[in-house]
Amino acid sequence: MSERIREALSGLLRAELLAFEGSGEEAQARVPVSRVRDALIALRDGLGFNMLVDLTACDLLRYPVSHQVGVTDPCQATQGDAWKEKNVTHERFELTYRLLSLDPESGLLGGRFAVKCRVSDGEIGPPSIRDLWPVADWLERELWDMFGVRFSDRPDIRRILLYEEFVGHPLRKDYPINKRQPLLASRLKADGEGISPAELRPKLVP
Amino acid sequence: MNDEAFQTPGVLTSRLDAAIGWARKYSIFQYPFVTACCGMEYMSTAASHYDMDRFGAGLPRFSPRQADVLMVVGTISHKMSPVLKRIYEQMTDPKWVVAFGVCTCTGGFYDDYATVQGIDTIIPVDLYIPGCPPRPEAVLQGLMLLQEKIRKQGAGSGRQQP
Repeated sequence: MSERIREALSGLLRAELLAFEGSGEEAQARVPVSRVRDALIALRDGLGFNMLVDLTACDLLRYPVSHQVGVTDPCQATQGDAWKEKNVTHERFELTYRLLSLDPESGLLGGRFAVKCRVSDGEIGPPSIRDLWPVADWLERELWDMFGVRFSDRPDIRRILLYEEFVGHPLRKDYPINKRQPLLASRLKADGEGISPAELRPKLVP
Repeated sequence: MNDEAFQTPGVLTSRLDAAIGWARKYSIFQYPFVTACCGMEYMSTAASHYDMDRFGAGLPRFSPRQADVLMVVGTISHKMSPVLKRIYEQMTDPKWVVAFGVCTCTGGFYDDYATVQGIDTIIPVDLYIPGCPPRPEAVLQGLMLLQEKIRKQGAGSGRQQP
């Protein structure tokens, strides 16, 4: 199964197919941001991967440089806090598109495949694929909400799980774990009403 | 005979006070604000095996305007908090609030960006029932404590004025 996919993708992307790893249900391909959409179209239309199971991301902020694609020198592996100098500008977010084939005529029925790409912090991410799979609309909004990854043709993307007043993206590794952003405080300030602190104090049963 | 009933301000009014407290105690109309897994335990307590109706709390009202005990059952996120506050404000006096489960008491183990760290940061709470989730016995004990609080409160609204 994975040989067929490898042939199709390397025929399409040639040198831009950065890596092809794993086999069976764990097969995955790494591609540059600019070619993600082409690869997904090829997989969907050419190989019958007609279901987008998940689109998610991983923040590689403290990930050792030696594990980065294209770095072969193990001496570049970072220890301790060295990532702060060496690693902050690398391609920080790894996006994963998980596909499933539900097409009985493709010959890959039930097969799974993952396409991965890396996006730097602040860089515009890959083009949206919500026209290929409508479910990607919400998944892309979730990626923006949780990681702050933007998609190149969605400049006005909105949060989906959190509220618009929220500052930052909580699944980033550098989001402070104890940072709280109560929504009600900002809403109350706006309309000038509320319950006084004296009323909120717990009262014991007399 | 309860000695409190004969203290000032007069036998008639204090007896009325005691009667109202007694009546309210046994006619709790709750609004179950169920958001998470504690709801299962709430259902278990309300259903026939544990039978919350024994305490006069058998009729949940699904409108805050008809309820006088707000049961907050389950994790409250910051995004949900304006809704909870609005529900509370829609209830008519006298009203009481029960924090059901540890998430509503303190945020529980959801020590994170999304969860309200105790609903008493939003609305006044009369009774805390900890547990993850609390067993029905704990809920019933809490309910009896709340009944006691309601009885002692008598005809007053019970709210401290801001």
